[in-house]
Amino acid sequence: MAKLRVGLAQIGAVLGDVERNLESHLRMISEAKAQHIELLCFPELSLTGYLLKDLAQDVALSVEDNNALLQPLIAASQDLDLLVGFPERDRRHRFYISAAYLSRGEIVHTHRKVYLPTYGMFEEGRYFAPGSQLRAFDTRLGRVGVLICEDFWHMSSAYSLWLDGADILLFVSASPGRGLSPEAALGSSLSVEMINQTYATFLTNFVLHCNRVGFEDGLNFWGGSTIFGPDGKLIARAPYFEEYLLTADLDLGSLRRVRVQLPLLRDERAGLLAQEMARMAHTGSCATP
Amino acid sequence: MDVEAKLSLNTEVTRRVLVTFLRQEMERFGFRKAVLNLSGGLDSSMACFLAAEALGPENVLALLLPYQTSAPESAQHAEQVVAITGVASKTIDITPMVKPYLDLFPDMDNIRRGNVMARMRMIVLYDHTVLWNGLAVGTSNKTELLLGYGTLFGDMASALNPLGDLYKTQVRQMARAVGMPQAILDKPPSADLWAGQTDEGELGFTYAEVDKLLYLIVDERYNFDEAVSCGFEPRFVTTVIRRLRSSQYKRLPPVIAKVSRRDVGHDFLYPRDWGS
Repeated sequence: MAKLRVGLAQIGAVLGDVERNLESHLRMISEAKAQHIELLCFPELSLTGYLLKDLAQDVALSVEDNNALLQPLIAASQDLDLLVGFPERDRRHRFYISAAYLSRGEIVHTHRKVYLPTYGMFEEGRYFAPGSQLRAFDTRLGRVGVLICEDFWHMSSAYSLWLDGADILLFVSASPGRGLSPEAALGSSLSVEMINQTYATFLTNFVLHCNRVGFEDGLNFWGGSTIFGPDGKLIARAPYFEEYLLTADLDLGSLRRVRVQLPLLRDERAGLLAQEMARMAHTGSCATP
Repeated sequence: MDVEAKLSLNTEVTRRVLVTFLRQEMERFGFRKAVLNLSGGLDSSMACFLAAEALGPENVLALLLPYQTSAPESAQHAEQVVAITGVASKTIDITPMVKPYLDLFPDMDNIRRGNVMARMRMIVLYDHTVLWNGLAVGTSNKTELLLGYGTLFGDMASALNPLGDLYKTQVRQMARAVGMPQAILDKPPSADLWAGQTDEGELGFTYAEVDKLLYLIVDERYNFDEAVSCGFEPRFVTTVIRRLRSSQYKRLPPVIAKVSRRDVGHDFLYPRDWGS
């Protein structure tokens, strides 16, 4: 039976100190290797921390010019595939919230966060440029799609990656905890868990969510990373608020079994959607560009 | 909307966030110790419980700073909290520091007198952060912050504040859960700056009422008409909205006149936890 051993590194970060964060990445990688993990994910902006503000420009990394700070991670990806998060600078000095998939000593794919929350407590649009692509990509472990936090609050993102062939969705976030109630979890935790479970159910996919922990300027990051299977059932869950390495063996055969029983992917009519989207765009009735 | 239910919180989850907040933010700044002014009231007592759990009682210094007009039971309640939590404590009578100044102005009203006492307590608190090599833990709750019911650079001064996002009625829920002495839970909230002073007497409304209204306006973004349609008196809603607006300055750093391309406050925007 085809198994894939995955790990979610639920860690915190030193704000703006890439070298110290790199050390904690390498520590987690070494622990993951000892546990024979084949794919290890780190949270959003794992190499720098989240609440960067003006620091973003000071600590951003470029994936184009052999960045020295990324090299140890690229080298480590000879042994296991990695997904790491960092602010990315392009040649023309635009900054993105990025996550790079590293495998066999190479950067296989970089996803730039498409949806930058700029409302309420969030001000990402002030400091970052939005990504402009939603692409699934092939890895040695299967076809994968990556989304960063607010990306997966837009249904179209996960849906696009699914149509593009992703069977495994890797969601990473730095989600600030908020919303008190009598429930034994914060409101934000309950919402994100519900969303992830819903995607796994509707898309008959594996949905991995790696969230960070720790505090920045009074914001708490709640952890609680989860892995849901193609049947929508919870496979593994990390504790709230604590640094943790969440591991699980994904039974890849369950993709076939679930999709035979519930052929939502087979029956999906992307062409119909494309036709209706084209009509809405043509008549100007589409909600947004 | 059942607003009272909306204000009810899971004390275990909340306590965990606040304790971890104190521990981790303190560590980020390179400190392991905390100092706080313990009046014997609900908020400072709650902050003391949280700090003791987060840092270990041996790393928390509670300062009891009575003035000659302070109610004697305030000190008794503070001492009970010290005994239960096991924190270190020190009592310093601020009368000899405060009175000579007050005597210069025999006509000084209660507001000015209260501000002088609150700011003297701040001086003692911050002096002890140096002596103790710790950080000042704040005890202002969300209700006070939103209403501006506190002394700027007095009781509002701190390095970090675990209670600033909890309404008074929520602090009360937390206090019940940690085993706060019944006398502290039962007594009417008071700044204890003059005999017979109570928060609710001075404000003109109860915490139970204003917390519900503030929750609707601030957390749920209700406008005036929506708040009134929930059964609140229009005059009460107007008073509270006016207080929110007129106290905004107390919640922000001093305003700086911008003349350069990049200045502190407007566009030199680094996080407070920069590099930690």
